[in-house]
Amino acid sequence: MNGNGMIGDPLTRVDGPLKVAGRAPYAAEFDVPGVAYGVMVRSTIPGGTIASIDSRVARRMPGVLLVMTHENAPRLPAKGRAAVKPPAGREMSLLQDAAVRYNGEPVAVVVAATLEQATDAAARLDIKYRAADAVLDFDQAKKDPKPAKMQRGPAEKKWGDAQSALERADVKVDAVYTTPMEHHNPMEPHGTIAEWKGSELTLYDATQYVSGARETVAKTLGIPPEKVRVVCPYVGGGFGCKGSAWSHVTLAAMAARKAGRPVKLVLERPQMYGPVGGRPQTEQHIVLGAMRDGRIVALRHEVLSHTSVFEDFTEPSTQPTRALYACPNGETVQKLAKMNVGTPTFQRAPGEATGTFAIESAIDELAYALGMDPLELRLRNHADVEPSSGKPWSSKKLRECYEDGARRFGWSRRSARPGSMRDGRWLVGWGVATATYPAHRMEAKAVAIMNADGTFTVRSGTQDLGTGTYTICSQIAAETLGVPVQKVRFELGDTRFPKAPVSGGSMTAASVGPAVRAACLALKERIDAGGKAPLQAEGSARPPAEEEEKKTHAERSFGALFGEVRVDPELGILRVPRVVATYSVGRILNAKTAASQFQGGIVWGLGMALMEESVLDKRTGRIVNANLAEYHVPVNADIGSIEVAWVDENDTGFNDIGARGIGEIGITGVAGMVANAVFHATGKRVRSLPITLDKLL
Amino acid sequence: MRSFEYTSARSIDEALAGIGPDAKFLAGGTNLVDLMKGDVEKPARLVDINGLPLADIAATPAGGVRIGAMVRNSDCASHPLIRERYPLLSQALLAGASPQLRNMASTGGNLMQRTRCYYFYDTAFDRCNKRVPGSGCAALEGYNRIHAILGASSQCVATHPSDMAVALAALDAMIELLGRGGTRRIPATQFHRLPGDTPQLDTNIEPDELIVAVELPPNGFAQRSHYLKVRDRASYAFALVSVAAALEMDGNTVRTARIALGGVAHKPWRAMEAESALVGRRLDATAIERAADASVAGAKPLHDNAFKVALAKRSVARALEVAGGAA
Repeated sequence: MNGNGMIGDPLTRVDGPLKVAGRAPYAAEFDVPGVAYGVMVRSTIPGGTIASIDSRVARRMPGVLLVMTHENAPRLPAKGRAAVKPPAGREMSLLQDAAVRYNGEPVAVVVAATLEQATDAAARLDIKYRAADAVLDFDQAKKDPKPAKMQRGPAEKKWGDAQSALERADVKVDAVYTTPMEHHNPMEPHGTIAEWKGSELTLYDATQYVSGARETVAKTLGIPPEKVRVVCPYVGGGFGCKGSAWSHVTLAAMAARKAGRPVKLVLERPQMYGPVGGRPQTEQHIVLGAMRDGRIVALRHEVLSHTSVFEDFTEPSTQPTRALYACPNGETVQKLAKMNVGTPTFQRAPGEATGTFAIESAIDELAYALGMDPLELRLRNHADVEPSSGKPWSSKKLRECYEDGARRFGWSRRSARPGSMRDGRWLVGWGVATATYPAHRMEAKAVAIMNADGTFTVRSGTQDLGTGTYTICSQIAAETLGVPVQKVRFELGDTRFPKAPVSGGSMTAASVGPAVRAACLALKERIDAGGKAPLQAEGSARPPAEEEEKKTHAERSFGALFGEVRVDPELGILRVPRVVATYSVGRILNAKTAASQFQGGIVWGLGMALMEESVLDKRTGRIVNANLAEYHVPVNADIGSIEVAWVDENDTGFNDIGARGIGEIGITGVAGMVANAVFHATGKRVRSLPITLDKLL
Repeated sequence: MRSFEYTSARSIDEALAGIGPDAKFLAGGTNLVDLMKGDVEKPARLVDINGLPLADIAATPAGGVRIGAMVRNSDCASHPLIRERYPLLSQALLAGASPQLRNMASTGGNLMQRTRCYYFYDTAFDRCNKRVPGSGCAALEGYNRIHAILGASSQCVATHPSDMAVALAALDAMIELLGRGGTRRIPATQFHRLPGDTPQLDTNIEPDELIVAVELPPNGFAQRSHYLKVRDRASYAFALVSVAAALEMDGNTVRTARIALGGVAHKPWRAMEAESALVGRRLDATAIERAADASVAGAKPLHDNAFKVALAKRSVARALEVAGGAA
């Protein structure tokens, strides 16, 4: 079913035919005449300095145009640190000095006429290092925890009096949960083509944030932002790792200027494990106190997450704990463990993906300690207001989610005792968890144009990560203008278009959607006033308050997850044949792309639960499994039935299209649900992700 | 990847004439090309053998089957003669890699794939006796969850990644090699090597020899065999442990047994003692348990792979149960 294209209809993605035909150009596919090929060379020690780089052999090789190292790289303002301002601007490796801060850090760029020549020459650099001590073991780093700073909210948040409430509690759970270092692995690797025309720079860049990349590269190079254009019509997956303009983007621009030719720099898959972020490792200590009737009276959640030695990034795993359950006394605190690794970053559902594993496992443990059904325990502690702030929700229908999910899954048929459900050789376990992700939006702008041929063009400098932005913005425009969706062409991914925020934090639909609506309303007004084509109108939308403290309501999405696992008790093999989920996320803009977002998120959640882990060699700081053969993500055979649904909701208190954004909530809660189901199947509580078979033997 | 010269052989003679130091045969390329991209293999010349007339599967007069070295893994797995006479091999092939890789990978190339080890595949690790003999083994004290528990040495603890080769070891296959000096045949069980003091050598093939065929002798295992692969995801992952088990029975009594393991050693690990423990006995829980124990006799786990000992034992037991029809 294709739908007629109004908001909510399951319209097939408008960019789909281009993509399946291979006619949707991704950043590295733009045909730029005279382009040369850059290859990034990376350090092989975790800390110290470069003693020497002998590039004589490389420079003499056929086709080689440039070997750029810290010895000859252009000197940048503030040593390349002029634009450090997350999410776009990060601490980069721009060849400004001889320092090496992690294994795999960019230390040179080789440019040649062909990719083959550049790759060959890159392997011939002879680099000598002076090694220094490096911190490569999380357990060592955590002995000296550093204060953290969260993107949103304080790193330490307390409400009520958790300590005395814990002392009064009838039942306690006190456990430590860990999640490993992970990496995003979008299908499309990071890539940039940099082309200078005089003082003007065009970047074709795989990015979640065209205007952020422009600001970052311009400031870093010390040129005006209006001299930089960033183009990115399609993204082959971002998941957070393309939200920042990492080193290779600026390095491509530097190399292109120095080589006097456009330069294309695409990262190789192993180069995506370090220089472009990843999910931080976490250690999460949770203490829960409850009364016999199941009321949770105290909770404590202490999170330690790793970051690099040169930039602080905090994985905000305590975020969900501050919002999930109606507990009057809470203490949540975040700290950092600094290591000689690449700086981690936002990874799909930053905070919630890792945090919900811990809190949802702990809630399950509490349910068993109380002898209570884990769904019943969640219902008894439903948060009618945000517990840590006391603010009312803009809209929340979690109770309906629990009810709908439980009914569709058949939860009432669950036998409570662990190990009590079997199917032949297989132990069967059923688990439940709550999904959640905050609702974010930021200011966005758009322009709507009525063309002479009766069609409409709507533009915004936003991005489509493969999620469906083209499609839903076309639907919003069509409905607002009162025309069929086929009459609307939506364009994005260009800094020449009106500015939009980073496509991160699940906020594109919630931010750009209202801007598209505003532009179309303004255009409609002009049309109604008798305006003739070509006619255009601009529109913008922004939230009433951006700072948490100024908001009158708490804004957050929720969901209920139910799943079945099967465990082969002798071989430890774990399968997840069935997941049922129901979400409360505000208004659904497109039933088809929404279902894809939820399902895709759940698939990744299963990957996180079962297999994903980047393993750091503790002696060299090198990630040993930095490729898709050894870093496992789920394949089709790992995925069974995933049935997603949502409750009818329209959160007009959040924005005028009533939608809260759904890019990230799908992954949340899944790992906790799986761990809970594994306990139900086997009686084994696995508190350390991923749940590989050796943990079940 | 470094620059290299490429030639395509139009005949076996041309292929043999083209090979030499710094040259490699190129078949499906599913492993060699990866290694070249990683700068691990640096051949100056590739001799493409995809055009050679070695892609047939035929019955032998003795009642066995001869598989040409250039038969693709997917073709071999689905060939009626293989499915009928050697379902164990078909299962093992289908447990390997992905459909796309199996469509490219050849029988000879599968045998020639290098051992699995993180530290071998990334040249940023300066210690690897396989890449740089004498440099040491980074895996020994490193992260070694996927490494060997049997037959390893202080020089190397890598594991052989092939599924096909595990089935061939169990099925007493012969590998036919052709060199300038003529043809020779070696048993599959002796084709791959243990690391010893020369871990740089994965196999006993001479540098100027070409695998031309794999020959399977007739056997009575077709009704009772099973390939079990245990891995970190449901498909497209190397084995943590795999087991090829095959039985010939006289009623409830085992007449002949074949057991080989993958993912546990530098080569497909034929568990002869486990086989002997079964012969002449009823295939009951006790006999299976005894065989399973024997299959991991002498296991020496490393820091991160102790689980493999129990897993290997239980996998042998499970594979025997399934092969014997008990599960």
